[in-house]
Amino acid sequence: MVETTFILLLVGIFAGSLGALLGIGGGMIIIPILSVMLGLPMRYAIGASVIAVIATSSGATIAYLKDDLLNLRVAMFLEIATTIGAITGAILTGVMDGKWLEVLFGIFLIYSTYNMIQKLRGKVKVDATGVQDDPLARKLKLQGSYYDQLDMQEHSYQVTHVPGGFAMMYGAGLASGLLGIGSGVFKVIAMDTIMKMPLKPSSATSNLMMGVTAAASATVYFFNGSIQPHIAGPLAIGILIGAAIGTRLMQKIRPRLLRMIFVPILFIMGVQMILKGFGVMH
Amino acid sequence: MAKKQADITKKEMDHVEDVIGRVMQVGVILSAIVIVLGVLMLFITGKSGYPAGVHPDTFAAIGKGILAFKPYAIIMLGLFLLILTPALRVLVSIYAFWEMHDSMYVWITTLVMVILIIAMVIGSAGI
Repeated sequence: MVETTFILLLVGIFAGSLGALLGIGGGMIIIPILSVMLGLPMRYAIGASVIAVIATSSGATIAYLKDDLLNLRVAMFLEIATTIGAITGAILTGVMDGKWLEVLFGIFLIYSTYNMIQKLRGKVKVDATGVQDDPLARKLKLQGSYYDQLDMQEHSYQVTHVPGGFAMMYGAGLASGLLGIGSGVFKVIAMDTIMKMPLKPSSATSNLMMGVTAAASATVYFFNGSIQPHIAGPLAIGILIGAAIGTRLMQKIRPRLLRMIFVPILFIMGVQMILKGFGVMH
Repeated sequence: MAKKQADITKKEMDHVEDVIGRVMQVGVILSAIVIVLGVLMLFITGKSGYPAGVHPDTFAAIGKGILAFKPYAIIMLGLFLLILTPALRVLVSIYAFWEMHDSMYVWITTLVMVILIIAMVIGSAGI
């Protein structure tokens, strides 16, 4: 048991620092390691991963608060959708067969690979300009402003397509609760692609929301026994240490190179999870 | 006039976010200390305090375990505190919006808090 605890601590440090360096949630790294390499049932892997997501988010939120990129109103309003989604997901995990969770997770990993390749090829989206806020956004006072350190200017922005963004956020919450991921990718799609919020406040706001969303599914998992102390405990400590290391390393390492190394690994893990789910591989 | 109003709100918001940041920091550090304590006890004694494959997952069981210094119960307490940090953030935000006289967002944020509490009830019901 002592050995396992030590291994999990190391897994946490590894996932936490790599997650901080690549700007991805720990779940994408932790679940394949716990499930494929350590052979843990999906339910416990997901429970532990949800804890890791909270550790990552709470740790990073402290850093983000110092920039004023965050839009607290957007976060709180959309959290109504993500938390309900997360609870739905957590309940579904309890009734779904573990193999389908593995297949779904594999598909998510392969989608993330595609997403990272797009980023590597430089297909970065440009922030939309001249966005008109829709009536709902005006009523909810969702517009905001942020200070960009790159051009040293204050940017104000409007928000649109609120119902679409809200619906997407329910989906993001569902994925988060079901698979134990932060689902930052889906949250940024909701804010940046659908609601036309600029990328910087979108990612800062998404990071805050990740923690609250994960807290909703984590409480379900905590009280239904899916969160195992000897797995989630050392993992959480590892993540907190790893995130601190990762943020320090960030200034010294080129994330681009790291991404290029990580993309094929992510793809292989995705394929492995799908094969495992279909019983082809154990 | 409108600009002045906006400046005041912005300043209040900054102050509020400062407070939230500090609350989060304390929460994260506190939960980390408790988890480390539990994991160290597990290391040193080599015993979880429970039969193999069993861990406490109700308030009553965790409370009893803590009083008996059982490592698993202490780790569970730490993990619960960690889960509470985002919830604490929501709670502080309710107060923040109240301070800003933004009653609409007091309701919205309270709704989020209620959903989090419902999650706890659902989990306890064993679903």
